[in-house]
Amino acid sequence: MKQLIIIIYCLVCWAAIQAQEDVYPAKGYAGKLFLTNGTIHVGNGQVIENGTIEINNGKIVQVGTNITVPADAKVVDVKGKQVYPGMILPVTDLGLKEIANGVRGSNDFQELGEYNNSIRAIVAYNTDSKIINTLKANGILLAGITPQGGTISGSSSVVQLDAWNWEDAAYKMDNAIHLNMPSFISRPNRFAILTGTQQAQPDPTKEALNKIDEIKTLFRQAKAYLQETTHKETNLKYEALKGLFNKTQKLFVHADQVKQMLIAIDFVKEFGFDVVLVGASECFQIADLLKLYNIAVVLGDEHALPATEDDDVDQPFKTPAMLQKAGVLFAMNDEHGESRYRNLPFNAGTAAAYGLTKEQALQAITLNSAKILGVDDKTGSLEAGKDANIVVSEGDLLDMRTSIIIHAYIQGREVSLENKQKQLYERYKYKYELK
Amino acid sequence: MRKYCFFPPGKFVFLLGLLFMMQTVINAQVTFPVNGVADPQVKCFAFTNATIVKDAQTTLTNATLVIREGKIVAVGSSITIPKDAVVIDCSGKFIYPSFIDIYSDYGVSVAQRASIGYDYRGPAQLTSNIKGVFGWNQAIKSETDAAKLFNTDNAKAKLLRDIGFGTVLTHHKDGIARGTGALVSLASEKENLVMLKEKASAHYSFSKGTSSQSYPTSMMGAVALLRQTYLDAQWYKSNPATEGVNLSLKSWNEIQSLPQIFDAGDKWNDLRADRIGDEFGVQYIIKGGGNEYQRIKDVAATKATYILSLNFPQAMDVEDPNEARFVSLGDMKHWELAPGNPAAFEKANIPFCFTATELKDAKQFLTNLRKAIEFGLSETKALEALTKTPATVLGVYDKVGSLDAGKVASFIITTGEVFKEKTVILQNWIQGDKYNVKEENWTPIAGQYTLQVKSANGNNSYTLDVKSNTDASIFLKDTIKTKFSYDGKLVNISFATVKRPGTAAIRLGGTVNGDVWNGNGVDAEGNNVLWTASFSKAGTPAPDTSKKKPQTQLGKIVYPFDGYGFDSLPQAQTILIKNGTVWTNEKEGILENTDVLIKNGKIVQIGKNLSDATAKVIDATGKFVTPGIIDEHSHIAAFSINEGAQSVTSEVRIADNLNPEDVNIYRQLSGGVTSSHILHGSANTIGGQTQLIKLRWGVNDEELKFKGADPFIKFALGENVKRTPSQSNNRFPDTRMGVEEVLMDAFTRACEYEKGCKEGEAAANATKKKGTAPTPVAPVRRNLELEALVEIMNKKRFITCHSYVQSEITATMRVAEKFNFTVNTFTHILEGYKVADKMKAHGANASTFSDWWAYKTEVQDAIPHNATLMQRVGLNVCINSDDAEMARRLNQEAAKSVKYGGMLEEEAFKMVTLNPAKALHVDDKVGSLKAGKDADVVIWNDHPLSIYAKAEQTIVDGIIYFDRARDLELRKKIAAERNRLVQKMLGEKKSGGAVQPATPSFQVVLSCGDHDHHDGLITVDIDGNDTN
Repeated sequence: MKQLIIIIYCLVCWAAIQAQEDVYPAKGYAGKLFLTNGTIHVGNGQVIENGTIEINNGKIVQVGTNITVPADAKVVDVKGKQVYPGMILPVTDLGLKEIANGVRGSNDFQELGEYNNSIRAIVAYNTDSKIINTLKANGILLAGITPQGGTISGSSSVVQLDAWNWEDAAYKMDNAIHLNMPSFISRPNRFAILTGTQQAQPDPTKEALNKIDEIKTLFRQAKAYLQETTHKETNLKYEALKGLFNKTQKLFVHADQVKQMLIAIDFVKEFGFDVVLVGASECFQIADLLKLYNIAVVLGDEHALPATEDDDVDQPFKTPAMLQKAGVLFAMNDEHGESRYRNLPFNAGTAAAYGLTKEQALQAITLNSAKILGVDDKTGSLEAGKDANIVVSEGDLLDMRTSIIIHAYIQGREVSLENKQKQLYERYKYKYELK
Repeated sequence: MRKYCFFPPGKFVFLLGLLFMMQTVINAQVTFPVNGVADPQVKCFAFTNATIVKDAQTTLTNATLVIREGKIVAVGSSITIPKDAVVIDCSGKFIYPSFIDIYSDYGVSVAQRASIGYDYRGPAQLTSNIKGVFGWNQAIKSETDAAKLFNTDNAKAKLLRDIGFGTVLTHHKDGIARGTGALVSLASEKENLVMLKEKASAHYSFSKGTSSQSYPTSMMGAVALLRQTYLDAQWYKSNPATEGVNLSLKSWNEIQSLPQIFDAGDKWNDLRADRIGDEFGVQYIIKGGGNEYQRIKDVAATKATYILSLNFPQAMDVEDPNEARFVSLGDMKHWELAPGNPAAFEKANIPFCFTATELKDAKQFLTNLRKAIEFGLSETKALEALTKTPATVLGVYDKVGSLDAGKVASFIITTGEVFKEKTVILQNWIQGDKYNVKEENWTPIAGQYTLQVKSANGNNSYTLDVKSNTDASIFLKDTIKTKFSYDGKLVNISFATVKRPGTAAIRLGGTVNGDVWNGNGVDAEGNNVLWTASFSKAGTPAPDTSKKKPQTQLGKIVYPFDGYGFDSLPQAQTILIKNGTVWTNEKEGILENTDVLIKNGKIVQIGKNLSDATAKVIDATGKFVTPGIIDEHSHIAAFSINEGAQSVTSEVRIADNLNPEDVNIYRQLSGGVTSSHILHGSANTIGGQTQLIKLRWGVNDEELKFKGADPFIKFALGENVKRTPSQSNNRFPDTRMGVEEVLMDAFTRACEYEKGCKEGEAAANATKKKGTAPTPVAPVRRNLELEALVEIMNKKRFITCHSYVQSEITATMRVAEKFNFTVNTFTHILEGYKVADKMKAHGANASTFSDWWAYKTEVQDAIPHNATLMQRVGLNVCINSDDAEMARRLNQEAAKSVKYGGMLEEEAFKMVTLNPAKALHVDDKVGSLKAGKDADVVIWNDHPLSIYAKAEQTIVDGIIYFDRARDLELRKKIAAERNRLVQKMLGEKKSGGAVQPATPSFQVVLSCGDHDHHDGLITVDIDGNDTN
């Protein structure tokens, strides 16, 4: 009897510690599925009232108002609901960083070294991260898993967020190489600024330009190396850059300052890379130039303070509208370290409050992101031929008042919206006898 | 012995001088042995025919100054010159008292070590590293005695003498209490002789300097340390046995009677220092920061004498627009207006002195002073600030500061009025000894000369036109510029007779002997020549252009001093908000098509079809009118947030370091915030006293405070106070077990402290009543730390406690219950949902985040349904920001409880308005729209919980502090003003003015120390806990 109690006790503890172990990835759904009578936000700007989406074997067959639904087909009536493409978190450490501070063992997002060209984020992506399920519950269904640190951090991969392991999760492997542009501003020591004992620092411009020369030299050497097919010794760092030169990979340049972004144009002109700027908080100043060179942008947190005291108080809020106006391809992101990325739709909502249309804002977290990550052939909008990555919300997805997700589909599979937090919610509703 | 046999009758002053002098003569023995033959000096000089500026008010023309043995003997126009005096004819010369700098470290070198900041993760140094009979804190160095450290430093003295200084008050610039300063002359003599007063002042600052001890880490800690030391020193007078001998406190007491000088260094710090002085009956002389003109009224109210630097900011090189972008308008405006600082003091009738100490290049001193004069400073005031005022505040005007008999013979001889651009300081006499500054200019040589050059080939005559000591021309067919130099005696002239490149030159060298110059040289052909030059005609001196520089248009002083400031502070208006959807937060709920009338800062009436002829009417048709947002947990508007050096710092007060010019105040007004509770950080278990403020953009620090609100204090539990990110924590506690014990210990000590205080008081009263001789009662040391805790136990101060996990929440409530008080609010409280029932039983409020989690271990179980669960259990729940960005979207954060827990919208909105008002005990004043309450009102363009809602007007106390239409206007104004100043700086560069590289106007962001913040490009997170 005593043993039994101990066993039960252990099981209870297990359940408590390992909450959400009963949240399963969805089984594949073969066959036809219809979502009917919804307000369909296609993701390309188009809105279809009272529309239907036909899905077969995980792919969207057609979207429209005049679709016949066979009597025996599986139908989900979404009358009065809002239907959207699954949102995409374009650049993130999701699945690489579980507990941000204090638990080093839970972190796998930043490798040692300066040029980690061959480092691949996908191999460390933890599909069992507790954070993932909180994103799905908010309608975020895909993510670009990205390493950090060094000058070249390595390659990112796009994953779908309902998987048993990283190989299942992989949606597009190694879609981009990530480069951190050296800074042209040297930030003072945080203590020195208070105590007024700031020491003279090396000229940041000079330091940055030296570093940039080093980066370009690396690319030139890699290019030369790759032009020869046989090598006495294999250089993995050069091999890893092959995709940049044959354009199967993009170069994601992490940069905020105007000078950094102007330098990024060099990578387009000299090496012909597909360049995407990440962060780019100052990009509103050079939007037309970015358009000229077809440089896309993944913006950082929308909910940020203006960079300078004199800036418009809503500058970060209206930056997306300024990019839209200039015709720059841009996506929005959520890198908030405390709410952990689940507020992506509300970042877009703010952009809609400050100049974008709601559909443009939606596009910035769906189709634009898919284009930038190189997965728009498969996802990003609710269009025929694409994967059925779909979110159904009670109301406006971009407004927290109404953004309540009731269904989510990844490749046609209806995924669970459960997560550890909902389970704890239920647990304590139970304790307090609340309905 | 020398004798003085003249005695001009009727010159009483002279008699005094004579007596003084005889004293000197009698004492002219020295202990220092002479190596060789004694060489006693008379050192009596008479400076005749001079214009003598005795002091700023008195100028004597054609007057004589007599000095002897380093002292002034006589000054006047009919002075008999002593026979043994060396007479120096000062025709055309001016004589001024030498200048005085009372903020110097001349000859007192500090072993410079970079100041130590507080490293959140490093080990703490909890005790002083200074061994000996000193106090507990390394930054209190009241035993420091500059006189004992002083060494004459000829090189530095010369720099100062060259710009007119003769006397300085020097001190050891290190620490919060810096000990005494010594008044010394700048003579290059033995230390013994230049020391005019060895203990002339006592010095203080807010900077702990080279102290490596952790405490204090913050501005408010420095304030608290000073306050506590005043109290400790008072107590020490009773020779408490428990303390033993404490030389720091002993010295502190000894030097209180001296002039007290506080190095504040900024307009707000000036006020801060003055308040400490007010509390302890001290009027400091305050070393300002050069930005006082921005708040001159507040500065005048301190009634202090100021020491001002003339280190005006240099223009920046703003050619590169990407660099110029990061220079703030405030910094550019300061560059433009800073030279007006002394004039602002004069205009406001605030006494002030000048210091040259902070100038990188001492030679800039007079140049900058002239600039200050261009900006409106009178020359009289300038001279006073360098002579009489500093001497008077130090109480040494009997020694220095004017040219009167009996005073130290320290004066400068100049070619003209001392502050004029063309004027040259020729000599600086200090303690009766001459120091050459630019003696070569004594005799002006400008004019025309007939130059005769004789060689074997014959004689040539030229007209030489001398403009200055380095500039002369020859008149031939053309005017030919010569290479010319004159050093006071030797002259060199070299010129070619034709203006053609490559032509050989005649080279002449010689001496100036009065009006005739003589010498030899070599002509163009290489023949030896002899030459003479005779004065023929006076030159026309170049006009003094110093006053003629046209003063271009200057920017305005705005409040606060940045782009979003007001030209003058806005006033409360009668405002009628018409026809809005009014969220009252009262039982009336949401009222459609309703008006709100505001008068004298209060809500007067809410209803339909209100009217008031005098009111400014705001049409709110289609708009939403709500109470202003109240942020229960904020870290804006302060200069420091964490005093993290000790586990218990209840003595520190956020109120001591408010920053009313933090632009985040304006940004948050744009998000509908009207009140913020500024909390101490979470670096320690018992943190500092908090301050509730209203976002009155533009007022001073005192006026920012929410008047009449209950005082609060911040406590913290868990990972931060355990210093979890530190690999080398040595500060107790390191576990939650220890955290609870810190609380137990602190309140136990507080109980005993209170008991001690009461017993002391009772004994004193009893003695008074009986009228008997006082029974000896050990005086109680007033303890600011424990005093705050006693207030908590007496329910006069309330706790807001940073907390995460259920164990620590429960433990803290139990500690409080043992001491019979309630934890008023648990903030963060992300596991509050697990113990909501216990919290309700205890009576605590909850203030939490909407959806934060997983940023550290103790928030792994945080859930976004927390607020809803706590609310449903019956707690008063608030949503707070703890983040300068999120604070401007708190309405949306509240809306997340609608999404996650299905909370009713009105209830959700109360979490950022009425509920925090209740938690902060100010719901009688704010938090809802009700007649009689403060008019803290927001007008939104959309449903106030919506992501699309923008605050259009934010009203605090009936004053519109944010108006989106005005904001759009301001953007244009900022752009125009920035452009004007950038152009002006470029002009400065173009015209050859000194420029410094464009320096980004870094913004300091303060935070809890709890989690990563989202730093912009030029923000610096001081308390951040970043792991990268």
